[in-house]
Amino acid sequence: MEPFYHALKVDPKTCVGCTHCMSLCPTQAIRVRDGQASINKNACVDCGMCLKSCPRRAIYVAQDDFSRIFQYRYRVVILPTVLFGQFAEDVTEDQIFAELHDMGFTHVIEAAQTYGILAKATQKYMKENPLSRPFISGFCPAIVRLVQVRFPSLLDHILPLKQGMDLAAIYARRKFTAEGVAPEDIGIFYVTPCAAKIAAVKSPVGEDASDIDGVINLDFLYNKIQMGLTLHKDAPLPPVPEQTYLSPDAIAWSLSEGEASRFEGRCLAIDGIHNVSDILEKIENDELLDIDYLELRACDHSCSGGTLTVNNRFLTIERLRKRMQLRTEARPSANDIPRHEDYLIANGRLREKIPPRSIDQLDDNFVAAMEKMEKIKRIMQVLPAIDCGACGAPSCQTLARDVVQGKAKLNQCVFMQKLLCKDALMTAGESLRLSERTWGISRFEQPE
Amino acid sequence: MEFSYHIEGGDFSKAGLASSEVKKILKQLNVSASVIKRVVVALYEAEVNVVAHAYEGDVRVDIAPERVVVVVEDRGPGIPDIPLAMQEGYSTASAAVREMGFGAGMGLPNMRKNSDELNIESEVGKGTKVTMLTRFNP
Repeated sequence: MEPFYHALKVDPKTCVGCTHCMSLCPTQAIRVRDGQASINKNACVDCGMCLKSCPRRAIYVAQDDFSRIFQYRYRVVILPTVLFGQFAEDVTEDQIFAELHDMGFTHVIEAAQTYGILAKATQKYMKENPLSRPFISGFCPAIVRLVQVRFPSLLDHILPLKQGMDLAAIYARRKFTAEGVAPEDIGIFYVTPCAAKIAAVKSPVGEDASDIDGVINLDFLYNKIQMGLTLHKDAPLPPVPEQTYLSPDAIAWSLSEGEASRFEGRCLAIDGIHNVSDILEKIENDELLDIDYLELRACDHSCSGGTLTVNNRFLTIERLRKRMQLRTEARPSANDIPRHEDYLIANGRLREKIPPRSIDQLDDNFVAAMEKMEKIKRIMQVLPAIDCGACGAPSCQTLARDVVQGKAKLNQCVFMQKLLCKDALMTAGESLRLSERTWGISRFEQPE
Repeated sequence: MEFSYHIEGGDFSKAGLASSEVKKILKQLNVSASVIKRVVVALYEAEVNVVAHAYEGDVRVDIAPERVVVVVEDRGPGIPDIPLAMQEGYSTASAAVREMGFGAGMGLPNMRKNSDELNIESEVGKGTKVTMLTRFNP
């Protein structure tokens, strides 16, 4: 397991170092060097803002090879609810399940089937730990990581509970092993709507390993299902062994207000990682008291706005609301997850404390940190404070910080270069070479 | 190392700006989260007091390796009876200020609770100077 696995990658052939991602990153994890965006692993929280902001689609989400599922005899796929929101209204849940079986999965489970158990576990924990109020939901892995990196003093407020996909995986493994299936024959795959859930599987927080064996990106699976739907357009629908009915509350869980509307007291639902940062700032300052529960999601409109979703998020929500109204016959016999409730609640706690990943301190030594801060203050007096990003850092403040940490040079600032050239302390050639280091030599070559 | 901030009386929307800035600074200096919280809470209360009662004020923050001293000085009505103002629940805030959720009479008590040394000097009709010292290793 990697300490901080990140699925977000920059494609060097497509990236031109345009700074869109750099200025929107909520943890200032991105710098431009040699005409390329580079992401600092220690600061990245996998929220996907960089991917969403990229005008050239140079940022992508790495995924496991799909054929890996065939290494297993029992091939379980766990679905996020928003998957169904990607399709037009006339594509039924049964059709989607049938396609998943057709492409090789032997068992299909929706993560939201565990929602009732998760809600109970949450209530139980809140009752047993009243002093940890306000409770911060652990639903969104990007938010858990944001708290680790930027608000470590709030870590004890995060509910230390496994989420729907984990519970579904624990359930599947328990069920099949009880039936006599060898553990190495069971492969459990999660279809992810975002990069953060991949990080949660590859380098889980508060656990030494995930119960999930592999991850499939939602956009990839969407294409595969669409392809199958086209191929099987005129074929009769094969029977689907699983239940395809979900209660409206279960469907709503991954949407905004899904958690907040379920619990008692003052519950807030906040989506969008910058909005979340604002609220956490207030909580940390004790400006907001009397809050009981915080549902915090990194993406606008929660998972319907996930980085790997294909449909417009408003249309996704509309499609899911349609599903909530479905009067499809509930086949409770087909869903035996509730029978494992006691086991899942008992095994649904994180085993370890969530560790801080603070990136704020300038130095471990207080006096050294003070000296660096004095230096930053002095540097800030000469920088233009326009946050243009032309130095390759997202703001003048971050450039100043990088300079005192020995990670950048003050003369990367184009404003400083102009001043130095004016006073004949730098030649135009030297200035150009500095810019080439930030933007790459090829950017300055004349087109033929 | 010194930092200073200005506070405008009556502008509740900006109460908390100085405490947020000071929090950022203390985080960078690797001060423990519990100490940061005390400093930030005490300063926030002081900021709200200036906004709610005074015309304007200035915050000066002096950081040394072992402690932080926060001085909040305002031009305002002053406090006629400081011991009375220090009592929990005592408030002279107007109905309008209370309606906004401020003025519960916990400002000065919270400042005392969240600093190691609190000193208040006030002159009626002129203004108030609050000095708070918090040690990093209590």
